[in-house]
Amino acid sequence: MNALPPHPAEGLWAIAWQQLRRKRLAMICLAILIVYAAIWFYAEGNFWSAKLRGITPNYRISNYAIRNQPPSAGHWLGTNYAGRDNLSQIVQGTRIAFEIALLTSWIVIPLGFVLGALAGYFGRKIDTSIVYLYSVIGSVPGILLITAISYVVRGAVERSPTMQTVTRYVDSGLLAVCIGMGFTGWVGLCRLIRAEYLKHRERQYVLAARAIGVSPAAIMFRHIAPNVGHLIIINFSLSFPGLILTEAVLSYLGVGIANEPSWGAIINDAKQRLWLGNWWELAGATAAMFFLVLALNLFGDALRDALDPKLRTAEVKTA
Amino acid sequence: MLAYILRRILSVAPIALGVLLVTFLLFRVIGGNPAYRIAGKNATPAKIAQISHDRGYDQPYFLNFQDFPNQLFRAQFPRLARNILRGDFGESLTSKMRVSQLLRDGVWPSLCVTTPLFFIELILAVALALLAAYFRETWLDRSLVVLAVMAMSISTLVYIMVAQYWLASEWRLLPVWGFEGPQYLVLPVLIGTVAGTGGTLRFYRTVMLDEMYQDYVRTARAKGVSPARILFSHVLRNALIPILTNVIVALPFLYTGSLLLESFFGIPGLGRLLVSAISNGDEDVIFAETFIGAVLFVLANTLTDIAYTWADPRIRLK
Repeated sequence: MNALPPHPAEGLWAIAWQQLRRKRLAMICLAILIVYAAIWFYAEGNFWSAKLRGITPNYRISNYAIRNQPPSAGHWLGTNYAGRDNLSQIVQGTRIAFEIALLTSWIVIPLGFVLGALAGYFGRKIDTSIVYLYSVIGSVPGILLITAISYVVRGAVERSPTMQTVTRYVDSGLLAVCIGMGFTGWVGLCRLIRAEYLKHRERQYVLAARAIGVSPAAIMFRHIAPNVGHLIIINFSLSFPGLILTEAVLSYLGVGIANEPSWGAIINDAKQRLWLGNWWELAGATAAMFFLVLALNLFGDALRDALDPKLRTAEVKTA
Repeated sequence: MLAYILRRILSVAPIALGVLLVTFLLFRVIGGNPAYRIAGKNATPAKIAQISHDRGYDQPYFLNFQDFPNQLFRAQFPRLARNILRGDFGESLTSKMRVSQLLRDGVWPSLCVTTPLFFIELILAVALALLAAYFRETWLDRSLVVLAVMAMSISTLVYIMVAQYWLASEWRLLPVWGFEGPQYLVLPVLIGTVAGTGGTLRFYRTVMLDEMYQDYVRTARAKGVSPARILFSHVLRNALIPILTNVIVALPFLYTGSLLLESFFGIPGLGRLLVSAISNGDEDVIFAETFIGAVLFVLANTLTDIAYTWADPRIRLK
């Protein structure tokens, strides 16, 4: 086993970091993730600089003279059906992947955390109804629910002016996919958080806080929350790969992102030209997706082992 | 024990109704009157009103307060729930066939794909997990884990596209589309195995390693029990609980089929039925499939709890 940390007063995060640092594989994965994050920032810059100036971003400019070209010195990963550079499509795909993860988490984390905390802390009727709610959501086939919700969001975007202001900044397909995955994805986090709150509400420090009259809200969110917050990070890093893979399936089902080059959209497009021998579109997007998902999976595992060795996360079937 | 089982089986009802309510809300209430879809693009308002009236889409959604309280439940949702509970799943909007007939036709093709997939995956994952646990912290273990994660990191879509392109169209080894004989199942099952085993293997390995460091394993080793015996009769037995959970919870998916494999390989199963129902807004098919899927899912969860007591006599259900 690992040696004890040098200073007993060190916190969870410092100890976890020390453990992580010793694992070579985890560090390689972290480096890969940093590279992806850098590409993501670059792609955001590229996207917003064009958007704010109101011009077509360079990755969307088509040039039919050079359509479907194999990889060359000018276009490292070839070009697609509209003569757009495939590499810059994939770079934008990185941006979409990160945006999906972040937007979805804005739904998953508040919903999963607050409901899990309420259920676990108060128990009784609140617990029963929240458990009922997530059992119902968990029993509907995920893809069906995501598809249905994203249809609904699409309809709402067409009708309501407020939604249209939102979609001026966020692609409507992206929004639909994220809301769909967000309202199905909170179940896993909610289960985890509920189980932790069940344990913590019997602990001495919680009993002590209750005895001196601290309000339930303060106990839940100021006293217990810091002790279970690491679960959010673990859940995020382990569900991120699932979101990327699900987005690809949604693109295939025709409810994915339509106007932006997400990896799922690229792969789905590439399907039609694979039989012409155009392997580079599929290979490029698959490789980009592969290294990110791989690094996230391996790093997420290492992070979980470092932060909460007893935590077990079962594999969830997607489609 | 018996009381527990009965209680759990009764708890299926509210969850199944909840699932039905969620799908109803999404497809009927928010999705809009299906009469528009049935009537087509150029329908007159009179025609739509006619269809709505015939199929009861003009009634209130949940409760009917006209002529209170005689017709309280003459509303859309109560009627849907009553029909489904009676086993009447309605008819498909697109093909005009009875949904129960569609479901019956789709079960066999789905099972033909999912059953072999299920067993191959289970045996392979348990065997490889045992191997990894036995050679833990060696190069064999590490490369198995990395391979498993690598296999998980590629989209199923890519596996399907690559296999269809090279194995089927270029080298003409296997058929690409259809359901006419066992050779049509080889490719879907193969792809399902490659795409699915990684995650399961990794989970089983973690479970087994957790057991490996328990006190009873140390005791057994001190007594001089052989490593192989420790692995098979001690560790495997104790790792059975999480494995059982994983296996039983996957059982309903045998019935619902695989959305992607079926629609890519032209297998006329329930997965493909659902995909086309989703894209056509074919409500009755969606309601029926989700309802049955959810009931099976909840039942499988109950079964898991019961299986626990068999795998671990220390567990008692109350």
